[in-house]
Amino acid sequence: MSEELNTPGYEIPPEMQGQVAITTLDKIYNWGRRSSLWPLMFGLACCGIEMICTAASRFDFARFGMEVMRPSPRQSDVMIVSGTVTKKMIPQIVRLYNQMPEPKYVVAMGACASGGGPFKEGYNVVSGVDKYIPVDVYIPGCPPTPQALLNGLIALQKKIDKQSIKEVRWYQKEPIEAIPIPVLGPDIMDPREYASIREYAQGKLESESSSAAVPAEEAA
Amino acid sequence: MSELTTIVENTLETRFPEVVVRDERKGYEGFIIQAEKLVEVVTKLRDDFGYDYLSSVTGVDYLPEGKMEVVYHLYKSTGGSALVLKAQTPREVASVPSLVPVYPGAELQEREAWDLYGIHFEGHPDLRRILMWEGFHGHPMRKDWQEAYYEEDSKPYKSRWPDGEVWRSEDKNTFHKNVDYPAGFDPETWVPDGDASLYAGLGRVVKPGNGGGLGTEQVVVNMGPQHPSTHGVFRMVVTLDGETITALKPVMGYLHRNHEKIGERNTFLQNMPFTDRLDYLSSMSNNFGYALAVEKLMGVKPPERAEYLRVIMAEFTRISNHIWAIGFLLNDLGAYFTPMLYAVEERELILDIFEAVSGSRMMCNYFRFGGVARDLPEGVYEKIRKLVYDRLPRKIDELDLYLTNNEILRSRGEGVGILTPDQAIAYSASGPLLRASGVPYDIRRADPYSIYERFDFDVAVRYHGDIYDRYMIRLDEVRQSLRILQQAVRDMPEGPIQEGKPQYQVRVPPGEAYGRVEGPKGELGYYVISNGKPNPWRYHVRAPSFVNLTPLEIMCVGNKVADSVAILGSIDIVLGETDR
Repeated sequence: MSEELNTPGYEIPPEMQGQVAITTLDKIYNWGRRSSLWPLMFGLACCGIEMICTAASRFDFARFGMEVMRPSPRQSDVMIVSGTVTKKMIPQIVRLYNQMPEPKYVVAMGACASGGGPFKEGYNVVSGVDKYIPVDVYIPGCPPTPQALLNGLIALQKKIDKQSIKEVRWYQKEPIEAIPIPVLGPDIMDPREYASIREYAQGKLESESSSAAVPAEEAA
Repeated sequence: MSELTTIVENTLETRFPEVVVRDERKGYEGFIIQAEKLVEVVTKLRDDFGYDYLSSVTGVDYLPEGKMEVVYHLYKSTGGSALVLKAQTPREVASVPSLVPVYPGAELQEREAWDLYGIHFEGHPDLRRILMWEGFHGHPMRKDWQEAYYEEDSKPYKSRWPDGEVWRSEDKNTFHKNVDYPAGFDPETWVPDGDASLYAGLGRVVKPGNGGGLGTEQVVVNMGPQHPSTHGVFRMVVTLDGETITALKPVMGYLHRNHEKIGERNTFLQNMPFTDRLDYLSSMSNNFGYALAVEKLMGVKPPERAEYLRVIMAEFTRISNHIWAIGFLLNDLGAYFTPMLYAVEERELILDIFEAVSGSRMMCNYFRFGGVARDLPEGVYEKIRKLVYDRLPRKIDELDLYLTNNEILRSRGEGVGILTPDQAIAYSASGPLLRASGVPYDIRRADPYSIYERFDFDVAVRYHGDIYDRYMIRLDEVRQSLRILQQAVRDMPEGPIQEGKPQYQVRVPPGEAYGRVEGPKGELGYYVISNGKPNPWRYHVRAPSFVNLTPLEIMCVGNKVADSVAILGSIDIVLGETDR
């Protein structure tokens, strides 16, 4: 990085070489952000254990500036969704996501967080956290090895490197809407889908009553 | 079956004529008891026959016969095999008397049976849903209840095999999600439960000031599900008077991933990798219990070398689990990450061995019915030898030296979170939690399985039943595991590792079996019912992390709120197993 800073493509007077660095605002801003990604301390399931291993003795992701795990969403930059997301848990996850300040990133760690994984068919399992919150990096594996998690986080760093202050969503004029928190009904309900849920349930009622009516007519 | 058990069984029928009848179905064991007389019979069994430990309570849905069955596994805390009792009830109005007055340890398990099967337990003090939320439609483990992504009753699904057509379940669902709603449901009028019934059960009291002192009001504090000290997504709701806990309710289900429902759709072998994900810190041990249960049904026995490999892997799991638990307990006590780093270092070495034999660090999927999946690769035996004879004993002594007399550990651990032996047995505590309370009950000795009789080791026991003893007992157990490992490594014979040919589809005769092992966290039991098909009819996991939470409240009440974190840490739960 320091080499890049000293060769910006501009002429630097010889007496100032090595003392002045010229770069773009985007580069230095992204460099600062990508080098101190603080994850939310938040383990869901098996993948959480591998996340701890990644933080611990052998793999040590402090080398990449990520060692400060914050238990509070207010102080964290990246949410590593490490494990199976259940319907009972998704309201809390969405709430935590809403509570994180921008800029924020989401890493879906492992098969379950990415798409349901081996538990996809389960009645209490959300098939991928991206059904509710936007995901930046998906990491395959069940669970991903610590190396895979590191690779995913480095991929996230690369993504950050490419962002530009002019375009990022958190510097736009329009306010960023919070994601509506799902409600625990007879099944998990997204408040944005209330109309279609009612329509579906009504349709189901009608088809049930009509199929119940048919044998009665036949009998008559 | 021991002689003693036979005597009890013979007298049971004569003492309770017509109330107790032997279960004559093929492959079944135990007794069927008239539901109305259940409490009377088990009280007698507990007081006169010494069956003081209720291990497992579970429901079974016999859909074709139109009835529900509740299955109880009773043990004596002095050792011996199980007494299996069953109570039957019609499916439509399923109701049996609650056993909580006799065995308080039934509380959470009965709530689970209510939640998943809709069996009403009459007289239960707090019968609410436990794994799902209040308001969820239906009781999902019932055989006629279908999930949103339902395809067929059993795997392999025709869409995948033999046709091999692949499609995404999302594309077939109206909402492109794993959801379904009852007919005629209107979301606008829905009022979520919002934990109202949970808070109602906590009994908040407002104490008015008595002239001199200040009036105090009790405060309800929610810890979790996202909380750094709850070891995952566990939630404790505590009522506080000042800083002192007056009531506590565990809330779980945030990681309920439908292990049992999926398990009943899977074939027998397909369940093996799912057991890895129960207690994801000790997958080898989970494999062990399931393999034992199914082998009981199939009537096969693994060859010698496989038995030794199994014991070696299970004991390694225990060591890695216990040092992890110690590291995290210290973390909870405020030592932050330092002891953890020492523990993880050793655990990584054990994981290297798991990776070498099974291909995966954590999800080993190593056991097979009648053997194990692979033999030791080249060079691994030497690695194991070095670990168990040299490195691990040294490192355990090191942990002991650094931690055991630590001022903070002693002052926060000694005398805090006490569980007396009587309480421990009554509340169905198991594993280190039970043994730290002075009950020397270890399934490896009390009801030996596999080849544990051959090894020379002591059952670790401590007598104070506090946090400090629960820490100490883990060190003791690691040392005993090392003794077993040293003997197993020394005596392991050469030979085959699988009885017969390895098969994808095993033939399991009809019947029931309960396989239990002394897992690192306690008694891990698998209750499996086969009806001769390729899939289990019932597949239930008696999870130690789940049942060990029953006495959490009595351990915490009277202590400070900060201690509840340490007490929970000393039970050592894993949410994958608690919620399944």
